[in-house]
Amino acid sequence: MLIAILELVYKINTEIIKIWNANIIPSPISVFILIIRLFETKMLIYAILSSMRRLVIGYLISVVIGSIIGFLMIHFKYIEENFSSLILGLQTLPNLAWVPFSILWFGYNESTIIFVIAIGSIFSIILAVDSGIKNVNPIYLKAAKTMGAKGYKLYSNVIIPAALPNIIAGLKEGWSFAWRGLISGEMLVSATGLGQILSKGKDASNISQVVAVMLIILSLGLVIDKFVFGRIEKSIRCRWGLM
Amino acid sequence: MFNLFLIIQNISKSFGFNSKANLVLDNVNLLIDKGEFVCLVGPSGCGKSTLLNIIAGLESASCGRIILNGSAVRDAGIDRAVVFQESALFPWLTVIDNVEFGMKMAGIKKEERKRRAMEYLKMVHLTKFKDSYIHQLSGGMRQRVALARALAIDSQVLLMDEPFSALDSQTRGILQLELQRIWMETKKTIVFVTHNIEEAVVLADRVVVMSTNPGRVKKEFKIELSRPRKPESPDVNYYVRKIMDELREEVEKVAKAEYDGDWSVEKDLFLSNVDSNIGIGL
Repeated sequence: MLIAILELVYKINTEIIKIWNANIIPSPISVFILIIRLFETKMLIYAILSSMRRLVIGYLISVVIGSIIGFLMIHFKYIEENFSSLILGLQTLPNLAWVPFSILWFGYNESTIIFVIAIGSIFSIILAVDSGIKNVNPIYLKAAKTMGAKGYKLYSNVIIPAALPNIIAGLKEGWSFAWRGLISGEMLVSATGLGQILSKGKDASNISQVVAVMLIILSLGLVIDKFVFGRIEKSIRCRWGLM
Repeated sequence: MFNLFLIIQNISKSFGFNSKANLVLDNVNLLIDKGEFVCLVGPSGCGKSTLLNIIAGLESASCGRIILNGSAVRDAGIDRAVVFQESALFPWLTVIDNVEFGMKMAGIKKEERKRRAMEYLKMVHLTKFKDSYIHQLSGGMRQRVALARALAIDSQVLLMDEPFSALDSQTRGILQLELQRIWMETKKTIVFVTHNIEEAVVLADRVVVMSTNPGRVKKEFKIELSRPRKPESPDVNYYVRKIMDELREEVEKVAKAEYDGDWSVEKDLFLSNVDSNIGIGL
């Protein structure tokens, strides 16, 4: 229904008023049909699967390493004093800027893309862990200490759960950076994946394909955000009474 | 009769260094018996909370030492449980998990933990809410949970830092009665900080009045009244009056420091007002 209305608007603008150029603006129906066709040929399924695989691997690497660095920063003050502004600066560096660097290190292969994904999201995860822990209400730490919590137990039972709402926000941000890294990496490096289909569409001047893939990327991002991070966030906020 | 349990010896505390250092506690000495309920009262800024934190091991004294049951205390530890002014309960845990926390840290088994936690929850009448999260409770309920949590680690001393000051007066009254009952049941040694003299008289065996700037022990009052005590009883009132007189000077000192120099406490207006001259016609 929505597509029909959009198509009508599209037809009016391209064929009757003629203010839109059909080579630049794709027809909604053709985009829709193309998405179905891409699914039928299984090309899209494979592309999504291979993209997702990279994304998950790259993201997990960045979560693990990022958390470790974050904890180290909290634990050893001099790391923080010396590197926090560097990390803040690196976080603002766009993912795309890492692609040439990564190609020189790893060549045109899978590792390059995973590296771009990981490096793109790691800094926001480090910063989230760092600030999440720093912003833990000191009263919780005091209370925990008077109840005999020390060292590793203090971390696992108090500091991490208390910092979790902030850490989750950082993980979410990291995820969105990972997505960007994935697409930029794939567009420049890969022979498979969503970014590559996007890139092929551009090469063939096929605006419908470009828009179709963009829509798919968008909806995948939305679905993951809503069903994975949205759920985790909601359950935490519910417990804390932040809703 | 003499059963010294908690010894606070020559405690001084100053914030900041060099000549500008601000002396908060000046040579405070206090001897507390086992099972005694001691209230520290004093105007704001007399360092009573700081003293409590030092006893708890959450702050360190500039000099002096705390001796509990024969050994000097250094860090925070489970021999001294603390109930804080604001709810320091963990929002990511349910009520019962909060109460179990200290036992969990001590490595006590799950069933045993649960059984004991339920006992303490029963003591504060909150068994119905054992699976609630903290934000679902009212202020009074939260402080009850905090009390249960502190009792559950079975410490030698219970330190309470203005635990009821954020509650409305009805809730506070109920909790004061409850605390009296729990104290009589458990015979804990309690050090309770408050700025509310009435609360101190209702609860304590001994009220320690502190002076301000720097904080010192000004005077101690033994409260020899039967329990449970009610805040409205005339006996309580008598002690409140006595302590109030002692404190007035201190309160004035604080006010003078905070307000403009020409400020002074109003004189007692009672007899200078003609309409209320009750001696007339006798």
